[in-house]
Amino acid sequence: MSLHLHPPIPAALEAKALYLPVMGVSISAGFPSPAEDWAEERVDLNQRYVQHPEATFYFTVAGDSMVSSLAEHSIPDGATLIVDRALSAKHDDIVVAVIDGDFTVKRLYCRGARLALIAENPAYPPIVLGDEQELSIWGVVTAWIARPR
Amino acid sequence: MIALVDVNNFYVSCQRVFEPRLMGKPVVVLSNNDGCVVARSSEAKALGIKMAAPWHQLRDFAQQEGIIARSSNYALYADMSHRVMTILSRFSPNQEIYSIDECFLSFDGLLQDHTELAQDIRRTVLQWTGLPVCVGIAPTKTLAKFANHIAKKQAPFNGVCAWQQLNPNQQYAQMQALPVGDVWGIGRRISERMAQEGIHTIADLRTSNADQIRQRYSIVVQRTVHELRGIPSIELEESTPDKQQILCSRSFGQAIYTEQELGEAISTYIARAAEKLRQQGSLAGSLAVFIRTNPFRPKEPQYSQHILVPLTQASDDTLLLTRAALWVLKRIYRTGFAYAKAGVMLCDLQPRTAVQGHLFLQTADPIKRAALNKVMDDINRQWGRGSIRVASAGFNHGWKMRQNRVSPFWTTRWPDIPIAK
Repeated sequence: MSLHLHPPIPAALEAKALYLPVMGVSISAGFPSPAEDWAEERVDLNQRYVQHPEATFYFTVAGDSMVSSLAEHSIPDGATLIVDRALSAKHDDIVVAVIDGDFTVKRLYCRGARLALIAENPAYPPIVLGDEQELSIWGVVTAWIARPR
Repeated sequence: MIALVDVNNFYVSCQRVFEPRLMGKPVVVLSNNDGCVVARSSEAKALGIKMAAPWHQLRDFAQQEGIIARSSNYALYADMSHRVMTILSRFSPNQEIYSIDECFLSFDGLLQDHTELAQDIRRTVLQWTGLPVCVGIAPTKTLAKFANHIAKKQAPFNGVCAWQQLNPNQQYAQMQALPVGDVWGIGRRISERMAQEGIHTIADLRTSNADQIRQRYSIVVQRTVHELRGIPSIELEESTPDKQQILCSRSFGQAIYTEQELGEAISTYIARAAEKLRQQGSLAGSLAVFIRTNPFRPKEPQYSQHILVPLTQASDDTLLLTRAALWVLKRIYRTGFAYAKAGVMLCDLQPRTAVQGHLFLQTADPIKRAALNKVMDDINRQWGRGSIRVASAGFNHGWKMRQNRVSPFWTTRWPDIPIAK
């Protein structure tokens, strides 16, 4: 269900229609393309990484709170997050949450009555939520894209 | 059974999805040019802010009460609307999109309990988009609208009102509690007339004599009476008919004086209208341009003029339509006036396929022109409206809409997507 691009692939992601092969358009009459019968749709990042288009939103990561050389996942500053609101967050998901009115991306710790948001970067302490505090999960991060250049 | 699903305080709710800080606070969204209030959060309603209240009169009060205002961000609302409507379309095989934030769904033939289904709709739309919706369910569209109103205003219903589950006494009490003007399709003029004839509440209208209503008012009002009695008289319209006219007009952020500037505005409106025209696969047979000064400044010299011109050949070509519009502008423009508003209307629309060529007309190669227009549409779709345009649309746009409080375009422009720390 949750998938991660790891290592990040350098790709531009655009929420636009699939490329449909338009057949025969540039072929002069009398010379049918030998490839025409085999035309297929070009692969599209949306097909693979956007499961629920109506519930999918993109965020930009700011800061290094999710950068780590030790953790399973490391999300660099400036990465584009793919966030799916249709999924229900569970323990160990990477989520976009709302804390004091701001968006934050963290790993969700949810065991028994304990609830916390963990930064993968050990320099940031976990955000443990008190009884009074309300945690609002905005959406579940299903992938991210970074650009090495 | 018909359900009417409608997003609560749609514009405000859209803003809140991406600005969670606005939750629980009084928020209003302002019309074009930040003129007046077009949407209010429940907190703003509770403070007595009225719909269409002019913002400049409210500013001090707003500051005092901590009311937060945003300019309308129609790109955001259109995208969120599209998401909601697509989600809703999965709950029923028959959907009529009635406006940007409401649609009818047919619940006929669905086996699930209707109230449960409606609660499922509310949960799904809220989770997937962050937008709260209410649902009214009834045998007719008019009653579904009414049930939706009840669901929205009365907390015990928890956002869903199934009309049939109210007993006759409850139904009567609900109808007795609201003025006839609150019924879908009964406008102010009719309700004022009805008040003189003793029809005050919705219950009064429901029990009135339908034949007399038809004679005194119209068959449309008679249908409403039938609908209130639970007799379906207004069909679900699944495909929105193509528009018969395309209008594009705006008030300017500040008054403008020169033909040059008016021409820029007109060219921009034509570009937008022509894009819509091509989207629905139509050609315009005629075109109207109008310009006017501000009638709310009676001390200033007033001028208002419009001309409709038929086109020699129906067209959807931005360049041709622009040339025609500027030709019209030259004929109606007068110097010495402070222009406050201009607009264009494409009329006499016809399907692209039905058009005959003009025997004696020399035109640009129509295939090349169509290709050019398509490239313009593609570029503008990908890079944002107005990225490519005819030179007459200008580059300064001092006349453009005033939108001082517009939020980022969170879902339609890459540089604007929200930031997570």
